[in-house]
Amino acid sequence: MIEIKNLVVEIEGNRILNGLDLTVRDGEVAAIMGPNGSGKSTLSYVIAGKEEYEVLEGEILLDGENILELEPYERAARGVFLAFQYPLEIPGVATMSFLKAILNAQLKARGEAELTTPDFMRRVKAAAERLQINQDMLKRALNVGFSGGEKKRMEILQMALLQPSFCILDETDSGLDIDALRIVAEGVNALRDGKRSFLVITHYQRLLNHIVPDTVHVMSKGRIVRTGDRELALELEASGYADYVTEAA
Amino acid sequence: MTDITPIRTQAETQLLDYLRHPRSSLPVGDGSVIRRADAIARLEREGLPNRRVEEWKYTDLRALLREAAPPAERPSAADIAEARAQARVFADVAAVRLDFVNGHLAAQDAPPAGVTVIGLAQALAEEHPVLSNLNRVDVAGGNASYELNRAFLSDGVVVHVAAEQAVAQPLHLRFVNRGGAPFSTAPRVLVVLDKRASLTVLESHEGDVAAQPNSVVEFVLADDAQLEHARVNTEAAGTIALSTITAVVGTRAAFRSVNLHAGTSVSRHQLFVAYEGEDARVTLGGVTVLSGTQHADTTLVVDHAVPGGESRELFKTVIDGEAKGVFQGKIVVRPDAQKTDGRMMSAALLLSPDATMNNKPELEIWADDVQCAHGATCGELDDELLFYLTARGLPREEAEALLLQAFIGEALELVTDEAIREAMTGLAIDRLAKLA
Repeated sequence: MIEIKNLVVEIEGNRILNGLDLTVRDGEVAAIMGPNGSGKSTLSYVIAGKEEYEVLEGEILLDGENILELEPYERAARGVFLAFQYPLEIPGVATMSFLKAILNAQLKARGEAELTTPDFMRRVKAAAERLQINQDMLKRALNVGFSGGEKKRMEILQMALLQPSFCILDETDSGLDIDALRIVAEGVNALRDGKRSFLVITHYQRLLNHIVPDTVHVMSKGRIVRTGDRELALELEASGYADYVTEAA
Repeated sequence: MTDITPIRTQAETQLLDYLRHPRSSLPVGDGSVIRRADAIARLEREGLPNRRVEEWKYTDLRALLREAAPPAERPSAADIAEARAQARVFADVAAVRLDFVNGHLAAQDAPPAGVTVIGLAQALAEEHPVLSNLNRVDVAGGNASYELNRAFLSDGVVVHVAAEQAVAQPLHLRFVNRGGAPFSTAPRVLVVLDKRASLTVLESHEGDVAAQPNSVVEFVLADDAQLEHARVNTEAAGTIALSTITAVVGTRAAFRSVNLHAGTSVSRHQLFVAYEGEDARVTLGGVTVLSGTQHADTTLVVDHAVPGGESRELFKTVIDGEAKGVFQGKIVVRPDAQKTDGRMMSAALLLSPDATMNNKPELEIWADDVQCAHGATCGELDDELLFYLTARGLPREEAEALLLQAFIGEALELVTDEAIREAMTGLAIDRLAKLA
């Protein structure tokens, strides 16, 4: 379970999160929707531990432990996973060796034994098949020359491999056509097991047709301003964010 | 007009003294292709190159070489045996070895079929016709480092691959410096490939002594010949290393040279390439890792004189501490060299605020139907990439190491042979690990 309490965050003197409260229970899929500039991506970065954000107040509890003082890699080892809106290209790093490096780093940080190569290969292969990632992609440098859809599928592949307990999907639907969206959503849904929780950040409700959320939160000006169920997403789709922009302004 | 006699530095005086009592017995008089006297006259006239000489602006040899070490003596049998036995670069690559110890050809394996290996002394004495291939690259002529090698030429070897011979086993030119007191060396190697011949040449410079080596390796590729060259420098701290590679490429010939610089205190590595036949392809790559107060200069001139040539240059430099990197790259496209396709890139990563990189890419284009581009970058490790990697679970140091490996990996990927590439990658990673 993740509990975010009264989170106040600035970057370069600009306040982005303004006393945000949010709880995502084990097994829950929570969606965060909101207009551009409402602080959705900032929230995902602050949870994952990006350096340049200054946390002025509040705490983020992961299963009761405040993770704000932890390094990004320590948060990852405790189960936090952020699927990036714009996954980065890393020329010169073969995808397979990258996957092995991050998995082993997390196992090591948790004091667990590293996977044998055959076990590792089996896990990658199983996840790759579900996401329709072919061997050729795995042989290339990470994300280099990948299409937008391929990059997003590669993010979900890493999620499947690392088996995090708390997954943040930051605008995972952006830049995806409907087929790619379906593949990505199926990959995410396959990881729903009643215990793992998800925070799905999206501007559009389209993604939520495929990854059906338990709760929907509306974010505006760095705060959760409304919480509801799936119907809320549909309502927003119809009415837009105009109310929230004005209300908060 | 008044002749101005420059004040000689101590090193210049020492060098000229050494030349008055040459140790080498090579036949390098006026009748030979070497003509040592010309090179000595040049040194007397011009001294060591300094920052006022444009090509040496960033590597002021006059200031950097305070004390010129005497030419090395011929190594003893015991030195040779120990050099042969000691751990070596490219140990995991099955190769035919030519071992130079302290600049002298000391031992050699039997050459593979189709390859002739002749000691330079013998070749000079016999006035072997293959020697007409020495000094063939115009843009190398008059270069101070190249001329110093001529003046001090100590020993060398000539390798000749007959036409049509595809030599599978690499040839390893291994230069080992051993001993206590500093010394200088000036070996010269000539590798000639006849038509459609192919060969892989490994070159390593190793040693535990603060030496002053100045090597010249010249490649001549006839039409359709192919040569892969992989070079590593792991010479000891205190070493001031000069090195020159020249290549003449014939029609449709393919030449590839990738260098890993992971040693020395001061170095200048030069590449001079001349296109003599059309549609030849040349790939030059390099990785340099520097820290402390190291200084490393890579200078290259690629001279397109005929149509249809392709050249690719990719150089990566990682600089920590107060170290200084230099890249000077020039692509010349002469009026006849239409349809030339040249691309040059030098990228540097600065890991400390006191690190310096001097990038000087140049294009000199006299033809109108060409594609040429150059780029030079200087930067730090990308924070976004570091966050991506750490958010996936890599501790910061591991993430940095991975990004550094990736950065240099792009240039090492130019090495075609997997075993050779892995050997170079392993050495590069070891060198990077010492930065922390």
